[in-house]
Amino acid sequence: METKNNLKAWIYLAPMLILMAVFTFYPLINAFMISFYKDYQPLLNLRSAGLTLRNYLIVFNNQLFWKSVLNTFVLAFISVPVSIIVSLFISVSLKSIPKLKGFFQTIFFLPYVTNAIAVGMAFAVLFHVNYGLVNVVLSLFGIDKIDWIGGTASWWAQMGALMVFTIWNSLAFKILVFTSGLENIDKQYYDAARIDAASKWTIFKRITVPLLSPLILYISITSLIGALKAYNSVVGLFGERLGAQPYSMITIVAFVYKYRADFAFTGFYSYAAAASIILFIITLIFSILQTVVSRKRVHY
Amino acid sequence: MAEVFVKNEKVYKAKKIAFNIATYVFLAAIAIAVLIPFYWMLLTSLKTEELMLRIPPILFLKPEDWEISNYYKLFEVVQSGPRRGEPLFPFFDYMRNTIIVSLVTTAGTLITTVLSAFAFARLNFKGRDIMFAVLIGTMMIPGEIFVLTNFLTINSLGWYDIMDQTFMDVLFAMTLPFMTSVFYIFYLRQTFKQIPNELYYAAKVDGTTDFQYLLKIMIPVALPTIVTITILNSMGAWNAYIWPAIITTKDEFRLVSNGLRGAFTDTSTGRTDFGQQMASATLVTLPLLILFFTFRKQIMRGVSRSGIKG
Repeated sequence: METKNNLKAWIYLAPMLILMAVFTFYPLINAFMISFYKDYQPLLNLRSAGLTLRNYLIVFNNQLFWKSVLNTFVLAFISVPVSIIVSLFISVSLKSIPKLKGFFQTIFFLPYVTNAIAVGMAFAVLFHVNYGLVNVVLSLFGIDKIDWIGGTASWWAQMGALMVFTIWNSLAFKILVFTSGLENIDKQYYDAARIDAASKWTIFKRITVPLLSPLILYISITSLIGALKAYNSVVGLFGERLGAQPYSMITIVAFVYKYRADFAFTGFYSYAAAASIILFIITLIFSILQTVVSRKRVHY
Repeated sequence: MAEVFVKNEKVYKAKKIAFNIATYVFLAAIAIAVLIPFYWMLLTSLKTEELMLRIPPILFLKPEDWEISNYYKLFEVVQSGPRRGEPLFPFFDYMRNTIIVSLVTTAGTLITTVLSAFAFARLNFKGRDIMFAVLIGTMMIPGEIFVLTNFLTINSLGWYDIMDQTFMDVLFAMTLPFMTSVFYIFYLRQTFKQIPNELYYAAKVDGTTDFQYLLKIMIPVALPTIVTITILNSMGAWNAYIWPAIITTKDEFRLVSNGLRGAFTDTSTGRTDFGQQMASATLVTLPLLILFFTFRKQIMRGVSRSGIKG
């Protein structure tokens, strides 16, 4: 019926394609190239000396890079599972209280519509050793004052504060998605379970989680990829120092930007590019993992 | 026998009530945890320095103790240092920049995404499915990779002039890279596809061109989706941090997020004025919350859509 819309289609696509070509596809290829340039000076566009693998070696030999990888992985691999489990429980609870569901849903969504820097600063005050609420609450349980984000804060204290902020920030989206996912589950399953007098825990374990599993998996992977790109939250909580001690909470993205900021120094832009390509490869691995796992496992 | 049954029924009911109470307690506790940062932000912004420095901190403030001086201090002119002569936190300048950037980006995004979504949903052309898959694939790429080259592109286009950068340069640099969105194309395509084909053929018979059909039928039908995209996209500029910081050479061109961090720490003593800091955070958060409560349904619908795999 519809034939040969070729030329017309390209005209409709042109504005998007031009923008994507200039600001997405070209930068992707160019980042790969830059990461191999020798003695690259971006603003003068000097790339005389040919190609090298040295940029990657320099990144891998940098202590700060491994610190950023450790920080990013600890943050991602703890905050993502915790926030998924908590948001699942919240979504299931919301389902059982139809009356106040909308009210609670609105409150739970608030963190999504905030500015990470502004709220991060509020968390910094909450976690302040003397003026924060967190230590007041802990003192009720007899726990001594902890320096979470100040100059004497331990690595775990800083990570704990960053973790709480990250989870707080990421619950909103997951609750919303899981709640709408739950609405799509056929009521028949629950009716059948009730006739069998199944307990709530059994229903949760045997019906809700399996039926939601494609969605849970999808959200796990996308949140993991998102968490691997953490940056604004660190700046919000700790400022440009990126930690209670300089760079103590540096993430991979922050590492890329640190090198980028020194673009005036010969070669530094290539180090930034190399680090960004490493981040890309890490996220790529998780994306591929998702396709493989979802093809194999979740099907109902 | 009947007695046992009644007894069981009672136990069942009691259990159910207990479970409901537990559910409410759990949800209320989470709700409080979600709200506390907002509360602490507002509370701190209303404390005088003397109250702020009390240990243990004051948890509640009577309305008569509210101190709004932190807010108007933000607009006082700095007396010394590199930012001499400027307001401490040029909120209204940043706000104006942010609104302009978000309007321009959103207008551009709507044009490019509506046209593309139309092509993907309605037109038949060679390589359509492959191209769509490639576009979806780009959503997985960390945007940090693009930043490196995009900065160089902006520079070679002459928009990053250290000596003489104008607001127009900044506007181009801040908006052009973000004038399209694969996710919105995907979202709009879904909406467009729900419009029955018969409508299209009928319009064709009447001699309506594709473009007229898009303007007169598809866009009005998809208006709720378009409104959602408009709101979600506008919120993006509010959260933009790194890109505006990278491509601006002057403080006055920055967006709201950029001015927040660092402005309230005395560089010589290292002491932070938490009251003023929280006042500025409140000012930045408030417009977003107002937008959210005005368009709650559209925002939540749009965001929940992005969690569903296509």
